[in-house]
Amino acid sequence: MQGGILLPRLDRAGLAFGAVALGLAILIPVLNLGIPADSPFHMPPHVVALMGKYLCYALLALSVDLVWGYCGILSLGHGAFFALGGYAMGMYLMRQIGPRGMYGHPTLPDFMVFLNWQELPWYWLGFDHFWFAVLMVLLVPGLLAGLLGWLAFRSRVTGVYLSIITQAMTFALLLAFFRNDMGFGGNNGLTDFKDILGASIQADGTRSALFAASAIALALGFILCRWIVRSKLGRVLVAIRDAESRTRFLGYRVEQYKLLVFVTSACMAGVAGALYVPQVGIINPGEFSPANSIEAVIWVAVGGRGTLIGSVIGAVLVNFGKTLLTNALPEIWLFALGGLFIAVTLFLPRGIVGLWTDYWAKRREKQAASITPHPVTEGP
Amino acid sequence: MRMLLLLLSLLVTPLVWAQATGPLIDALGTDDFAAREQALAALTETGDPAIVPALKALEGGALYRRLADDKVLIGREDGDGIALTDPLTGTALGTEPAGNVALIRVNNRLRRAIGASLGALTLRSPDAAVRRTAAEAVFVSRDATALPPVDTALATETDAKVKRSLEQARAAILLADDTLPTDTKLASIATIADRGGQAALALLNPLTGSTEPAVAKAATEAVRLIENKLAWAAAAQNIIYGLSLGSVLLLAAIGLAVTFGVMGVINMAHGEMVMLGAYTTYVVQEVIRTHAPGLFDWSLLIALPLAFIVAGGVGILIERGIIRFLYGRPLETLLATWGLSLVLQQAVRSIFGPTNMEVGNPAWMAGAFQVGDVTITYGRMWIFLFGLIVFAALMLLLRRTPLGLQMRAVTQNRSMARAMGIRTARVDALTFGLGSGIAGLAGVALSQIDNVSPNLGQGYIIDSFMIVIFGGVGNLWGTLVGALSLGIVNKLLEPLAGAVLGKILVLVGIILFIQARPRGLFALKGRAIDH
Amino acid sequence: MSRPDPQHTQLYLDGVSVSFDGFRALNNLSLIIMPGEMRAIIGPNGAGKTTMMDVITGKTRPDRGTILFDGDTDLTQMDEAGIATLGIGRKFQKPTVFESHTVWDNIDLALAGKRGPFASLFHRAGADDDRILAILETIRLSARRHVLAGSLSHGQKQWLEIGMLLAQEPKLLLVDEPVAGMTDAETAETARLLREIAQTRSVVVVEHDMTFVRDLDVKVTVLHEGSVLSDGSLDHVSADPRVIEVYLGR
Repeated sequence: MQGGILLPRLDRAGLAFGAVALGLAILIPVLNLGIPADSPFHMPPHVVALMGKYLCYALLALSVDLVWGYCGILSLGHGAFFALGGYAMGMYLMRQIGPRGMYGHPTLPDFMVFLNWQELPWYWLGFDHFWFAVLMVLLVPGLLAGLLGWLAFRSRVTGVYLSIITQAMTFALLLAFFRNDMGFGGNNGLTDFKDILGASIQADGTRSALFAASAIALALGFILCRWIVRSKLGRVLVAIRDAESRTRFLGYRVEQYKLLVFVTSACMAGVAGALYVPQVGIINPGEFSPANSIEAVIWVAVGGRGTLIGSVIGAVLVNFGKTLLTNALPEIWLFALGGLFIAVTLFLPRGIVGLWTDYWAKRREKQAASITPHPVTEGP
Repeated sequence: MRMLLLLLSLLVTPLVWAQATGPLIDALGTDDFAAREQALAALTETGDPAIVPALKALEGGALYRRLADDKVLIGREDGDGIALTDPLTGTALGTEPAGNVALIRVNNRLRRAIGASLGALTLRSPDAAVRRTAAEAVFVSRDATALPPVDTALATETDAKVKRSLEQARAAILLADDTLPTDTKLASIATIADRGGQAALALLNPLTGSTEPAVAKAATEAVRLIENKLAWAAAAQNIIYGLSLGSVLLLAAIGLAVTFGVMGVINMAHGEMVMLGAYTTYVVQEVIRTHAPGLFDWSLLIALPLAFIVAGGVGILIERGIIRFLYGRPLETLLATWGLSLVLQQAVRSIFGPTNMEVGNPAWMAGAFQVGDVTITYGRMWIFLFGLIVFAALMLLLRRTPLGLQMRAVTQNRSMARAMGIRTARVDALTFGLGSGIAGLAGVALSQIDNVSPNLGQGYIIDSFMIVIFGGVGNLWGTLVGALSLGIVNKLLEPLAGAVLGKILVLVGIILFIQARPRGLFALKGRAIDH
Repeated sequence: MSRPDPQHTQLYLDGVSVSFDGFRALNNLSLIIMPGEMRAIIGPNGAGKTTMMDVITGKTRPDRGTILFDGDTDLTQMDEAGIATLGIGRKFQKPTVFESHTVWDNIDLALAGKRGPFASLFHRAGADDDRILAILETIRLSARRHVLAGSLSHGQKQWLEIGMLLAQEPKLLLVDEPVAGMTDAETAETARLLREIAQTRSVVVVEHDMTFVRDLDVKVTVLHEGSVLSDGSLDHVSADPRVIEVYLGR
């Protein structure tokens, strides 16, 4: 579908994408920090945070597109990897609070003091180091994806079965993180963060830096995905998506390919979550809700699956729409989102990018037809 | 419950007795405590259970003497006056000013005598059930003064069950007395051990530390046996809870077994079909409440066909409007129907509001009954039976009707079915409508035990899919076995791990199970179903 | 039936049985293919032809029996990918090519080489162009190499799939009904292609089309109810009364 002939065009768009993202990483902080607050060009800090949030969602959408668009794995549990990355970062931020919590305990976060815990659980150790938290941001989602993927792909659980299993996974995690005895703050999650890497999390400079970090992470994620899908590995992935058993009979170990791309994607989602949490200032079990994961899938569908750039466009557009609608007409939002799911699958199966490429392909065909009135066609 | 039985026994008591005992009751009106005790003894002598209410009133400070004629009557404070009733017949005798009656007082001595007398009287009631209840009361109170009446009753008792209860009561009283010979104690322990239950455990536990080795040993052994039995009873109770949960899951999943299992359509809005069924029940009850309150007990039966029609109709609309364009694209179907579920939830929220709706239980759904040590509520029992009935009806429909035949033909080989003149589009719509309608039926049942809110369906959708996959897609028996066994496993895990962790464990368990058997419990094997 | 030594055989099946829910798809099937041999397998519907392909290629595990490749490799313990890399290629009944890849990429993906995901990730394009061109030449699709495989005609897809099998460089090719739905000209062309391929490797062809089997002019094995009913030249088996009864009788 989106194979060879479309690749050159998309690649150009891809290169442009990297440039735009890096440009944004510079421009937005400048607009926020470099321009006085009374200027019409000044960007208020809450808008910076909002845009940073969109970019994190875009990175999540990108990770979904990599597995769904190119390998046919419709994961309804990517929100779980996102949330796990977020929790890993949240744990670091909690440790950074130190004795400044409400109860003033030197090491224990407030919620543990509240629950009468005496010491930090073993799985909280190490999170006072930033490098350790970053490692966990990649490792925890990666390991979970690795475990689930290894089990599922090996026993050839595919299609909707896999989707439902991933949904059950995130649902189980949702229930688990709601429990107080899990040690992740239960219902309230982790919040009241003070600073990150020594800088106050509320400061304009930190917000701008976080935004820039999100833009760069998105650009890197995009380049990584481009590299994967344009390599032979990417073509094997599409082969698996379109004819899994044919690929097997050619000697490819399908499960290894799926596992590699699933784990990579989960790590990307984890990074997205880790960047998201300091910008919104909270992480709670609600992020594990199956609805979140499935919403990320619709971003990809709106933009156009299997195009990478489409997932970014879809994530930003849908979330921008959500911001507008939930402010203006909150009760309309779910109608709009639900309608979007239906409309896109029925009328726009290849998304916005698909619409765009179809338009150009048709135009080019017309031009070609006008040059050679009798196009050469092969026999039946 | 006990009061009810007492009242019943009163109704059947011959009225002749009342004439004989009437003057004796009036003798209680005397001012002298000693005379009152004699009167009480005389009353007890009659053995007439009809005097029980009078004695109870005396014990509770509600027996009065009417100053005008010295008649002894039961009174109840009613505003400034005392509402009087006849102690034997219970007929109301109007209200007297408080100054016209005198309360008959009791001292501690008299109160004890009343207790023993009450026990003895009810132990001689002509109704075996009353006698048994009385014996049970003695067992619980372990009142040593009740020993002589118990012994008397034992001598004449003919009913085996009552006799056993009496013996147990006797043993319970005897166990309290540490001075009795070892043999008596051992015999009592044996009797109590035979009874079992928490109460017996409470009686025997202190004896395990007895200074007499034989008694301690017997008690320890008895405690172990009883605890064992109790553990089994608890397991049985949990299995009943599990079957109940399983039947709820079955109801939620069975419609999905049709749309997903038989048709292969991933309907993420299935939970919302259940929700629509529940709201239909709510609307039916509202209409009944305002227009025909007398029909309330029938509300669920009226709601059932309506819920089936509403949910089934919406299902047919969904199939014609959305799903038919997406056949063969399961992942897209999944997304579109998820979107639909959001729309339906929001629509219901806009119409009915976001709060929980009040759906009442008809009288026949309330209450509980006892089987051995296991309690079963009527509501749960009806839902269990309803689940089985719906399942059986669906089986019959699929196996024995032309529509069922067409459905199976279309799902097995669409093009062949079409070639044979089956209108496949119509069959698709009807099958989907059937699955959705069943979900609506489930909604009626679930409205009785769950909160009726726009989110009702969401709580069931993941479970339902897991059950259908667990049981084996396309296999209705698998769905039945899957739902019931998951319900039981869930409830057996709950006491060990807690409700939430238990549910997590079940989910993880199913995820792992599907890895081991991707096609579920009762998978069809063979070349044909491979992709 | 005497049991020959499996040592020098290409493919050796002995006493293979498979059943699905009580239905015996293969019943004590024994079959030997020698290196460089081409064999046609015929049989009525349900004779077990496709199931036989499935057990050889690892898609289905046999309940009983021995399957050896190259005389010593036990295939019953391996998965599809492992069996494919050993050198067994399989063509499906329905042509299955990667429709959203170009003809060129289809062949490229099938080319013998490292199959691991990391090898693919770091694979350099352009190294195998000559081999791909040669194969495209053989299957007569050079002119359409940049077209998406999904837009090929039915016959072209069949050839592309055969080309992919060639690119795999297998020692044994299993071909399931290669000419179903083809025009007469395409059928003749396919027969030529298969004979050419068979010069360097063993080929097993399952086919219904008797003209095509006659064109191939090789030893024929007739399957019935999961086991071998008769084998020999096409003329020999067509004269076998049991074969006649299975095809015409009842």
